[in-house]
Amino acid sequence: MYNFVRKTKDTISEAWVKFVLMLIFLLPLVILASLLNKSWMVIQTSGIGDLLFSSVWRPMAGQFGFKPFIISSVYVTVLGLIITAPVCLLSAIYLTYYGSKRMTAFMQPIIDILAGIPSVIYGVWGVLIIVPFTGRFLAPLFGYESTGFSILSGGLVLAVMLIPFILNILIEIFRTVPHEQMEASLSLGASKWESIKHVAVRRSLPGIVSAFALGLSRAFGETIAVLMVVGNVVGIPRSPFDTGYPLPALIANNYGEMLSIPMFDSALMFAALVLLMVVVCFNLMSRYVIIFMEKRQ
Amino acid sequence: MENPIISIRNLNLYFEKQHVLKNINIEIPHNKVTVILGPSGCGKTTLLKTLNRLVDLHDHVKISGKIMLDDKDILVPNIDVTGIRKKMGLLSQKPSPLPMTIFNNVAYGLRINGLRGKRKLMPLVEKHLREANLWDEVKDRLRDPASRLSIGQQQRLCLARGLAVNPEIILADEPTSALDPISSTVIEQQFAELKKHYTIVMVTHVLRQARRIADHIVFMYLGEVIEQGPAREFFNNPKEQKTRDYLKGAFN
Amino acid sequence: MRKLLKTLEERFFFVLMAGSTAFLALLLLMIITIIVYKGLPSLTWEMVSQTPKGGYYFGREGGLLNAIIGSLYLASGAVALSLSISLPLALAMNVYFRNRKKLVNGIRFILDLLWGIPSIVYGAFGFTIMIYLGIRASLLAGIITVSIFILPIMVRAMDEVMKNVPLSLLESAFSLGSTRREVAFKVVTRQCFPGIITAVLLAFGRGIGDVAAVLFTTGYTDNIPTSLMDQTATLPLAVFFQLGSPIPEVQNRAYAAALILTVIILAISVATRLLSRKFHKTSIK
Ligand SMILES: Nc1ncnc2c1ncn2[C@@H]1O[C@H](COP(=O)(O)OP(=O)(O)O)[C@@H](O)[C@H]1O
Ligand SMILES: [Mg+2]
Repeated sequence: MYNFVRKTKDTISEAWVKFVLMLIFLLPLVILASLLNKSWMVIQTSGIGDLLFSSVWRPMAGQFGFKPFIISSVYVTVLGLIITAPVCLLSAIYLTYYGSKRMTAFMQPIIDILAGIPSVIYGVWGVLIIVPFTGRFLAPLFGYESTGFSILSGGLVLAVMLIPFILNILIEIFRTVPHEQMEASLSLGASKWESIKHVAVRRSLPGIVSAFALGLSRAFGETIAVLMVVGNVVGIPRSPFDTGYPLPALIANNYGEMLSIPMFDSALMFAALVLLMVVVCFNLMSRYVIIFMEKRQ
Repeated sequence: MENPIISIRNLNLYFEKQHVLKNINIEIPHNKVTVILGPSGCGKTTLLKTLNRLVDLHDHVKISGKIMLDDKDILVPNIDVTGIRKKMGLLSQKPSPLPMTIFNNVAYGLRINGLRGKRKLMPLVEKHLREANLWDEVKDRLRDPASRLSIGQQQRLCLARGLAVNPEIILADEPTSALDPISSTVIEQQFAELKKHYTIVMVTHVLRQARRIADHIVFMYLGEVIEQGPAREFFNNPKEQKTRDYLKGAFN
Repeated sequence: MRKLLKTLEERFFFVLMAGSTAFLALLLLMIITIIVYKGLPSLTWEMVSQTPKGGYYFGREGGLLNAIIGSLYLASGAVALSLSISLPLALAMNVYFRNRKKLVNGIRFILDLLWGIPSIVYGAFGFTIMIYLGIRASLLAGIITVSIFILPIMVRAMDEVMKNVPLSLLESAFSLGSTRREVAFKVVTRQCFPGIITAVLLAFGRGIGDVAAVLFTTGYTDNIPTSLMDQTATLPLAVFFQLGSPIPEVQNRAYAAALILTVIILAISVATRLLSRKFHKTSIK
């Protein structure tokens, strides 16, 4: 009897584990298929080219040109990465090579908490601090007129949100640089900074590049925090102080009207599909960069 | 001893609370091969890394005593550490080529010291690769990543790289322990050649190797120096009981 | 001269590096300060014990109880649902199929991929499933969506600990005649229990804080949900929807919600930290 129960439990759990395994392989495909299926209608009627490169956005008339949104997304994302990259790199080097053990022990929870703060909180902070800062301080400084709800605010908020994400990867990467190589460089009379520059950073280059690529893809899909500070006006932004309307914000803002306008839901699912593809591409790319550059080394 | 190049006086070193080097007094003769001998864990590597102040990199190290090099104490806090390190080439247990080409590995130290331009670098790179007995094997693939070399070749590359900064002293920490017998022999022969121009301090725990190449021996045990002196005397006429036990293989 | 330049360069970068590291600490301080400063004055007893009166967007009276309870329901439900998949999956990778390197690496790759997908895409996906299954925006739809969204987070965190279970432990368990299920669900699960809890907390934090995944799927209501098919409010949605209101009292509710959410996240972070400290003391290495 005992053996029977045990056998049955084994059989059931074995089956469940296999089911779960199948599920995880199917999930990406199901996500892709369902978004593709939903956006098929708009792809059929407008064509991929028009959707991606037209800037005419008139949902009521059935015209869905995503160019303004795509450009906004790219603008905000790249700006965010440019702002965050030096901060991450410098802090990562400091925490790995200069900071004492106590310093690292003090900073690690700070980084973890920053990583855990929900994006809506970053959004509130952005609205309260970053938006006025851009509108009242930065814009006049550079001779622009701006309410503060702008591409730049989006970029700044994104930059802050990316810090813990990228920093953790970078620290991980620098820790894998063999101690012996740094010692070798030092014993040739190189200073600590020279050794870091020529050995640690150089060796980690593929990792650094892919960390930034992953950061980029994370930033591209970030929704709420950016939405709250970026202004959300349809149009191609001409300067960082202009308002923007990134893809994720477009999806999030229109969920209500989605079903009342024909094909609108299909168009929004197409936007989600674009986000998905970008993320998948960057993921694959960053992997490829690591493999490729490691071979060369 | 006449004119030792390095003399260590009352050196004590702690990692946190662990007393790793205990009141060390050593004199290292000029242009000879000095072998530091002892079972593993007795502090040989630590001693070597103290000589070129690589121990500075560790948290929580405490050092006291003096290490005199050319009549200057290198343990004083505001000394030019990179200058000291330049005087001593380090060969570590496992070869650690830098993540760059073979050529750049040797040129690295030269560039750090301000030498630029391939035309100036090339002859020097060749010279030092020859000194390390590696030139013939790599002359056609100087642009390959150093990591593609065999382990034995990598170790000789590290030697060439170290020689390129014109050291006075070569510190070698069990440099052949990761190598095949043939590469080991090449390194040993190279040392015999190099001692004409350099002082060599080599760590090993292989007795036979010490017999083959040592001019001078320092025997350490559990962080203390038990005995030191000319190699012949050390092997033929050891003074301490611990040394005799060690030579008989009692520790292995 | 060259030497001087070198020293200056190193000094310069040292200052930059130390500065940017200090900046991180300052940043966190700044964010928490502003959230507390704005939220604390509105965080009254009424706020946490009542639902909004007269509509969440216009009513000046009432509190956030609907969002607090809704968030807890949603996150707990999603974590529970996700656990039933993520735990077996992590065990599959580290016990059942530990010797199948290719398979395990394939799963890790998929998890990385899923982990990178933005929550808004999960939201959109959840919405399509909802329509396909014919259910309306509800607590259930939200739970399903969030559980998919936190799945990769959970599995990766568990995988991270289970990877480190020494092979010798598995071998000795197997040699006592245990089946794979017993080794997986008894030995490894017990050995990694604190790690599993950490994964659960991490996923709970992610689940409770996310807006984009639930935006299409949970709806929003002033009432506390009484069944899985009811619509529900959540804290991040309460922040998001009420912050845009022109009425100051409603805005204050948003700030209060932000503060409560932050406190929950901080509490989770502290708990995780305490747990991992304890874990290091007690695990078999
Ligand atoms: N970075 C370090 N931190 C703490 N203890 C260390 C460190 N490096 C070495 N030790 C300790 O110092 C002692 C001597 O080590 P080492 O010099 O490597 O010995 P050897 O090279 O003779 O084998 C050992 O007991 C080792 O545990
Ligand atoms: Mg050693």
